[in-house]
Amino acid sequence: MTDGTGPGSRARGAIGRFASWLDDRIGLSAIMPVLRKKEVPVHRHSFWYYIGGMALFLFLLQIATGILLLFYYRPSAEGAYESIQFLMAEVEFGWLIRSIHSWGANLMIFMAFVHMFSVMLLKAYRAPREITWITGVGLLFVSMGLGFTGYLLPWNELSFFATRVGTEIPGVVPVVGPFIRDVLRGGEDVSGATLTRFYALHVSVLPALAFMLVALHVLLVQRHGMSVPPSIEAEGGPRRSMKFFPQFLLRDLVGWLAALAMLAAAAAFFPAHLGEKADPFAPAPAGIQPEWYFMFMFQTLRYLPAEIMGIEGELVGVGAFGVVGIVLLFVPFLDKPKGPDAKPGKLWTWLTFGALAYILLFSYLGYTFDPNA
Amino acid sequence: MKDGDSSTKPVTRKRFVDWLLGTSAGGFLAAVFYPVARYIVPPEVPEASVNSVTLAFAADDVPSNFGRIFKFGTRPGILVRTPGGELRAFSARCTHLDCTVQYREDLSHIWCACHNGHFDLNGRNIAGPPPEPLQVFDVNERGGQIVVSVRS
Amino acid sequence: MRVARHLWLATLLWLLPLVPTAAQTLPSSDACRDCHLALEEESLVAPARAYERDVHAETGFGCLACHGSGGTNQLNPAAGFLAAPERREIPGMCGRCHSDAVFMRQFDPGLRVDQVQEYWTSRHGELLQDSNDPDVATCIDCHPAHEIRPADDPASTVHPSNILSTCGRCHANPARMAAREIGTSQVAEYTGSVHGQLLLEEGDLSAPVCNDCHGNHGAAPPGLASVRNVCGQCHSVMADYFDDSAHGQIFEEADLPGCALCHEHHAIESVDDAALLARSEDVCLTCHEPPDTLGLEFRRIAAVLDTLNRAAEASRAILEEAENVGMEVSQALFELEDVGNAQTRAHSAIHTFQVAPVREQVAAGMEITVRAAERGREALDEHRFRRLGLGASASIILLLIIGLLMKIRELERAEDTS
Repeated sequence: MTDGTGPGSRARGAIGRFASWLDDRIGLSAIMPVLRKKEVPVHRHSFWYYIGGMALFLFLLQIATGILLLFYYRPSAEGAYESIQFLMAEVEFGWLIRSIHSWGANLMIFMAFVHMFSVMLLKAYRAPREITWITGVGLLFVSMGLGFTGYLLPWNELSFFATRVGTEIPGVVPVVGPFIRDVLRGGEDVSGATLTRFYALHVSVLPALAFMLVALHVLLVQRHGMSVPPSIEAEGGPRRSMKFFPQFLLRDLVGWLAALAMLAAAAAFFPAHLGEKADPFAPAPAGIQPEWYFMFMFQTLRYLPAEIMGIEGELVGVGAFGVVGIVLLFVPFLDKPKGPDAKPGKLWTWLTFGALAYILLFSYLGYTFDPNA
Repeated sequence: MKDGDSSTKPVTRKRFVDWLLGTSAGGFLAAVFYPVARYIVPPEVPEASVNSVTLAFAADDVPSNFGRIFKFGTRPGILVRTPGGELRAFSARCTHLDCTVQYREDLSHIWCACHNGHFDLNGRNIAGPPPEPLQVFDVNERGGQIVVSVRS
Repeated sequence: MRVARHLWLATLLWLLPLVPTAAQTLPSSDACRDCHLALEEESLVAPARAYERDVHAETGFGCLACHGSGGTNQLNPAAGFLAAPERREIPGMCGRCHSDAVFMRQFDPGLRVDQVQEYWTSRHGELLQDSNDPDVATCIDCHPAHEIRPADDPASTVHPSNILSTCGRCHANPARMAAREIGTSQVAEYTGSVHGQLLLEEGDLSAPVCNDCHGNHGAAPPGLASVRNVCGQCHSVMADYFDDSAHGQIFEEADLPGCALCHEHHAIESVDDAALLARSEDVCLTCHEPPDTLGLEFRRIAAVLDTLNRAAEASRAILEEAENVGMEVSQALFELEDVGNAQTRAHSAIHTFQVAPVREQVAAGMEITVRAAERGREALDEHRFRRLGLGASASIILLLIIGLLMKIRELERAEDTS
């Protein structure tokens, strides 16, 4: 085949003409110079740059599979479980879509955690990236909210009772607690009303919120570029970098494909379970567990004594986690070098490791906890 | 790459990489969109509902003074045409020990063979050990099709 | 002090008939109760206290409805006052009202009026009549005098849940039964029986208890010929099979007690297919001599039943395996439950004592198990297919990754050379 004469090149010519026609009207080509100009620093911590992109890919995957699930899901206490049973048993590849959604959610939150801890340890939240950090923490919270609301939707025994326990927790807050609990539940107890509420949150409110935060987050990342960790900056030496497009993006793509293959394997070997249909009048089954990313908090509340200095123990725990959440949002403002030429403090690095150790330890304790002992 | 290599080698290699990328990307898209397309196509089995079921047999298949067992969600139901010609449906699970009840043409009512329990054509337990009446379902006839639903 | 009070009361009682005005007004029910409740002797207080809960008190009858006769208001035995009636007199005393259809109609038109008549036909009645046996039960032993409750009241001694202890009060008491031939094992045997477990452990009030087989007022052991009829009340299908069987006729001619010959009277055990053959051989061999080929038929029945049980278990195992690997087979599992109905019908057909009818029912069950096993195998095939599909798409993804990596190297090389 010689260049420029085959039918393929004629087609390419037609595509090119269409592309330039389109570009005249939309002006997308303005993006290309930006993409070409964008560079990603290369150093020994560059690996962590991929994690955020991975979380983004998983978020898009969740949206795609979530939309597909909406084709068959029915949000009512009478029909939810049956519709999922139907989806798993009769709809072709229904098991695949649901399992990828279920495993993908876990992987996405895992990646969000990894991303956050890497950003904390590499101090990528330093000025001028404070807003990027805040949107990122917001995204983590929204993701956890998505996980919590999505867990109930199959309306099976385990999710029902986990939700009952989970929505009970804000109830300990004085004065407004019971009100918040009732608003969350859409009534005094978890019921069909809770299901429709969680459904609304899970498929419209939280995704819309997440979408806005993601857009802002990604926009800010593009504006500021990737942050170079202070340790690398301190070493000085020649800076190496790679083009974002296509080198970095292609590498991203490799990671995304690997993640997709992993999710497919998880779906084939460990399909998402459905269990027994929720029966509000049945006694709670043994071994009620929240999703793994809530486990460390759940376990902490289990260990708290009934009363701490005259205040209800659970309230102290909930309050403490609330404070930690707020502190997390404002980390960039709290971790400020004291003087103009002071070295970045080690305090927050130690705090991060401490938090990581705490989460790992309490999650481990949570999964080995024997309620009868 | 050394300058001594033939100049055509990078070209063939590039072509191979492009071919590999194009083919596998096409395969990948197929692997993604095939399940999605199959997923969207509605399955042949109609969606099961706990509240109502369309019976697999027509109204004409149920003569007068006759009963037939049907599947209602996860439990058996019994459809009866009374000697008067009316269609009625009940849960076919005997309230005594969960045996499946049957229609007795000779008695014109419902009977459980396990312990001689009798139910009248309103589902009421009239004789034998059953402690409670049978659950009554609503029956609707639409163009020869019978739709049985839970009485709300 | 106490003696003095009694003396005073005794004097009063003796004087009563002599005081005409007092005789007409004093012994209303309230008056009886007030005095009795004030007494110290527990045996005199208890009846007055208990009577407040009695169905007769609720209907408006006073003490003298039983303790007087002909509406007398006098505590004088000569005028018809009955302090404590003789055991022999009790049926007649209750029957004064309960055998009077016209009288009873005013209160409970549905209530039968033949209890006393039935009672005299019962073993209790016979013994009372013939030998004036002081230990034999009369009305008040099952319906405690002064605290009679209707049978549908859970607090009643004759409520299904209490019958066993009511009858057992005498029949499980060795001292009471010492002089009689019938022993005291019935209550214990019944407790362990399939009916006893249903009633006592699962609270199934429809399970038969003593009176459902022996009758209540006419309580007596069912006659040899009537055992089949008694059991057939509920087990009608089996009874019909039995009637048409060879045994039905032979047992009747030989005056053998139908069902009870194989199933015992009180210790009726639930059907366990595993023990069926061993148990039945014991029973059959009491009549059939070992060379008798008729015993073989039962061996065949057991084998046929066993086939169904095994098939059902195998199908369930396949479905459970499919469920364990995450396949959705709840519908197939539900359909498999229908085997239980086939098994019940097959167990009924055992009472033909022939293998053919049992085989017919088993065949219907086998169809269900075959279908279930098919669904299970399909699910497992589907599961294998999923892994195959996964393998295929994973290889495609792997190729794509390799392609991308090569592309990246190529781009880098182009950059290096430029």
